[in-house]
Amino acid sequence: MRRLIAILPVAAFVIVLVGFMVGLKRDPAILPSMLIGKPLPAFALPPVKPMAAGLTSAELVGEPRLLNVFASWCGPCREEHPVLLQLKAEGVTIDGLDWKEEADAGAHWLDENGDPYAKSGNDRTGRAGIDMGVSGVPETFVIDRRGVVRYRQVGAITPEVWSQTIAPLMAKLKAES
Amino acid sequence: MKRLILIAAAALALAGPTLAVTPDEQLKDPRLEARARALSQELRCLVCQNQSIDDSAAPLAHDLRVILRERLAAGDSDKQAVDYLVARYGDFVLLKPPFQPDTWALWLGPAAILLLAGAGAALYMRGRARVGDAPLSAADEAEAARLMAADKGD
Repeated sequence: MRRLIAILPVAAFVIVLVGFMVGLKRDPAILPSMLIGKPLPAFALPPVKPMAAGLTSAELVGEPRLLNVFASWCGPCREEHPVLLQLKAEGVTIDGLDWKEEADAGAHWLDENGDPYAKSGNDRTGRAGIDMGVSGVPETFVIDRRGVVRYRQVGAITPEVWSQTIAPLMAKLKAES
Repeated sequence: MKRLILIAAAALALAGPTLAVTPDEQLKDPRLEARARALSQELRCLVCQNQSIDDSAAPLAHDLRVILRERLAAGDSDKQAVDYLVARYGDFVLLKPPFQPDTWALWLGPAAILLLAGAGAALYMRGRARVGDAPLSAADEAEAARLMAADKGD
């Protein structure tokens, strides 16, 4: 009993140490999304490119898809863009939400770098993004057939993120009826 | 030269702190604006996470301040306006976490540790005191008497 009590402070120290080691390595930007398991909030956005169709939340149903929040002013988006183009080539449906900028800037970005999106909408004021809890770009929502958000990726989709996290989820969502 | 230094000193003395809240986003009604200021000091900026949206110059913080003021102007109570943002960004947007089952450890943990440590310390002290108060054995008593007697003899 005495010995047990003597060990107690050391044990408490180790528990706190492990807690800090885990806690300090977590990326504080990656927050739980309030949208998981819920349908997308309603939005109807004008097009990014002139003469194109816009983007409404009601359209984002039918097949599992990605909704990618991007902006021409966003650095990591530049890194993510080739991955999105590759995914489009592989047949993944991606829609784009151009966050907090004029449609011109978004359209210029897509003309210059290629357009990976099936549909895209311009969220000039950022309100549609804020309704989804977007705190920065890029962010990507994985949406199932019923239009329910199943996953939120904060930060760029890298090839690793795709193959390890999102691709298995998409395969699972495709298997759902 | 002296005048230049005086002018520079005066300019420094007159310079106030810069505010993140810009005049164009403030409400005309001073009471609503005061409520908005108070609430926004309790709301976390999602971009620079240890600043309130009242302090932060991040564009998203600006947007959230404007949304908060819109809600208040539309007649929301303080709680409704804050809940509007919590519905989108979660409890994390609150700088002061709410008291609920998943934050019990956070709120009660320090007090629990203090109580445990206090109880441990009290038990330990009591144990020590008992050792000191224990009566002397017969042999010790005799030895003490002998020493006292010897002392008197000097």
